[in-house]
Amino acid sequence: MSAPTLSPRKATRPRPGHPGPARRDSAREEFLRALRRNISAHGFLIGAVLCFSLFSWYPMVREFILAFQKNEDGTTTWAGWSNLTYVFNDPAFWQAWRNTLLFTVLALLLGFVVPFAVAVVLNEFRHGQGYLRLLVYLPVMLPPVASVLLFKYFYDPGYGLFNRILGIFHLPEQQWLQDTSTSMLSVVIAATWMNMGGATLIYLAALQGIPGELYEAAELDGAGLLRKIWHVTIPQTRLILSLLLLMQIIATMQVFTEPFLLTNGAGPEGSTTTVVYLIYQYAFNFNNYGSAAALGLVLLVVLAGFSAVYVRLSRSSED
Amino acid sequence: MASNTLVSRRGSTSRKSARRRSEGGAERARQRTLISPAQLGRPRGKAVYWIVFGLVMVVFTAVFLGPLYWMVTGGLKTTQEVVQSPPTAFPSSIHTENYSQAWTVMDLSKLLFNTLYYAFGALAFQLIFDVAAAYSLSKLRPVFGKVILGMMLATLMIPATVLVVPQYLTVLDVPLVQRNLVNSPWAIWLPSVTNAFNIFLLKRFFDSIPGELLDAAAMDGASPLRTLRSIILPISRPILGVVSIFAVVGVWKDFLWPMLTLPDPGKQTLNVGIYSLASGVPENVLIAALTIASIPTLLIFLLFQRNIMSGLTAGGLKG
Repeated sequence: MSAPTLSPRKATRPRPGHPGPARRDSAREEFLRALRRNISAHGFLIGAVLCFSLFSWYPMVREFILAFQKNEDGTTTWAGWSNLTYVFNDPAFWQAWRNTLLFTVLALLLGFVVPFAVAVVLNEFRHGQGYLRLLVYLPVMLPPVASVLLFKYFYDPGYGLFNRILGIFHLPEQQWLQDTSTSMLSVVIAATWMNMGGATLIYLAALQGIPGELYEAAELDGAGLLRKIWHVTIPQTRLILSLLLLMQIIATMQVFTEPFLLTNGAGPEGSTTTVVYLIYQYAFNFNNYGSAAALGLVLLVVLAGFSAVYVRLSRSSED
Repeated sequence: MASNTLVSRRGSTSRKSARRRSEGGAERARQRTLISPAQLGRPRGKAVYWIVFGLVMVVFTAVFLGPLYWMVTGGLKTTQEVVQSPPTAFPSSIHTENYSQAWTVMDLSKLLFNTLYYAFGALAFQLIFDVAAAYSLSKLRPVFGKVILGMMLATLMIPATVLVVPQYLTVLDVPLVQRNLVNSPWAIWLPSVTNAFNIFLLKRFFDSIPGELLDAAAMDGASPLRTLRSIILPISRPILGVVSIFAVVGVWKDFLWPMLTLPDPGKQTLNVGIYSLASGVPENVLIAALTIASIPTLLIFLLFQRNIMSGLTAGGLKG
C-alpha cells in the first residue's frame, strides 16, 4: 500500500540460481510486514472497538435478550413473549403512541415547514443575514433545562407572557401545559423554538447551491414567485428536504427531554406521555426492564423502516 | 451521506465567501436567488424588500432574543416582580444579589465544574480514540477493517433512546471488568467514544488526504503514530474543530443519560442539577441560575460561530 512495503519486495525478488530460499525468505518477510502493519493498525483501533463493544454492540444484543427475560425477586428467567403481550395490553401503550404520533405530526408541521420558509426568506436578504442566522441558531446552543424552564414560565396561565400576548390581540387565554387539548401543542412550540436553528441553516446552505440560471429561465417562461418556489426551489432541494424530513421523523418519535421537563413526562391525564417516556417509566419507575426493552424493540421496528429509507436516500446523494 | 456533497461543495469556497459576505462587500458579487435583481431594483420592489426585511428583523429579534432578555432581566427582579401580571419590561429595582444567591444556594460552581470536567474529558477520549480509529480505518486498513467500520456505522441505525436501558444496565455492571460506573465520570466519557458519526466524518476527511504524503513520510522512516501526529493532524484541523465543538456541546446539552448515571447531587451536571433543585428555590433565583448556566455555551457559540456554522451541514445531519 505504501511505498516502503512495495520497494523491498522488488529488491528481494528471487534471483536466478537461488530461487528456493529467497522466495521463502520474501514470503516470510512479507507475512511479518503484514503482521506488523496489522498489529499497529489494530492497536490504533483497540480503544474505540473496546468502547463500542462495551457500550454499543453489547447493549444492542442485550436489548434483544432483555425483551424476552423476566426478573422477579432477583432471579432472571426467560419470559417468552409475555413482555411484549404485557406491553401491548397496557392502555398506556396506545396512548403513548397516539401522543408520539401527534407530537411527530405537529412537530413536522411546525419544525419542518417553518425552517424551510425561514431559510427561503433569509436567503433573499442582502443585509443582516449573519445576524439573523446567529439568532435562529442561538436557542440550539442553550442548555435544554434553561430553554424549557423559560417556556414553562411563559406558559404559566397566571403571569405567563404568552397569555399576555394573546390578551393584546384580544384572543382567549389558554391553559397551555395544563390542559389536555393544548399541552402537546405547547410542548411542540417549545421544541421547535429550541431546535429549528439546525434545519434552517442546512436549508440555507442547500438554497445557496441552486444555480441562478434556473430562476432566470423560469422567469423567461413567465413564472411568478410561487411557481418559481414550486418548480425550482423545491425540486432543487428535494433531496435535502426529504433527508431532513426523515431525520426529523426519527428524532421526534424519540422525544423525551422536552415533555419530561415541561410536564414531568406525563402531563395532564397522560396527554404528553410519549413512547420513550413510557420506556423510562417501565425501566426506572417500575423496575420492569423486560417491558422497557420490549417496548424499545417495538420502537426500533417502527423507526427501522424510516432509517432504511434514510440510508438509501443518503447513499443516492453520495453518487 | 448527504453531508458529503454539502461539505465538499462548500468546503473550498465557503470560508472565503462567508468572510467576504460578512464584511458586507459581497452584496455585489452574491449569487442570483429567487427574486431577480431587476425586480428588487424597482422602487416598489425596494419598498417591499425593506418592509419585509424590517418585519423579519423585529420579529426574529423578539422571538429569539426576547426570551434571553426576559431571562437576564428576570434574574435581576424581585420574586414578586417576576410572577407579577402584567410582566414588567425593566426591573423596577436591580437585584444582583439573586445571581450570587443562585451561585451559592444551587452550588453552581460545583455543577459548572462537573459539567466542564465531563465535557472536556469526553472530548479528550473522543479525540484520542475516534481519531486513532478513523486513521487506522482510513490509512492503515487492517484486516476486518471494513467489517468493524460497518458495525460502527450500523449503530447509527439504532435509535439512541432504545439503547438507554441496556446501556444503563451495562454501566451498572460493566462486563469483563465487573465495575459499577454509576456516579463516575467514566459513565459519560467511555460511552461518548461510541460516536460513529464522528468516526465517519473523520475517516472521510482522512480519506481525502493524498496517500503520497504518507508514503513520503514512511520513506523517511516515520512510524504510523509519527505520521498521524506530524502530517494528518495538522491538515485535519478544520474537521477536528468541528468534531470537538460538537463533542463538548453534546455533553453540555445531554439530559437523560447524566440524570440516570450521575444521580449523586455532588456529581450532577448543570442540566440535571438545576432541574432537581428547581422547585426548591424562588423563581428569580432559579432564573438567575438559568442565565449563568447558559453563558458558557453561548460564549462557545459566539467564539466559534464560524466553525459551528460551517460544521453544521456535516454535524446537523447527525439526528
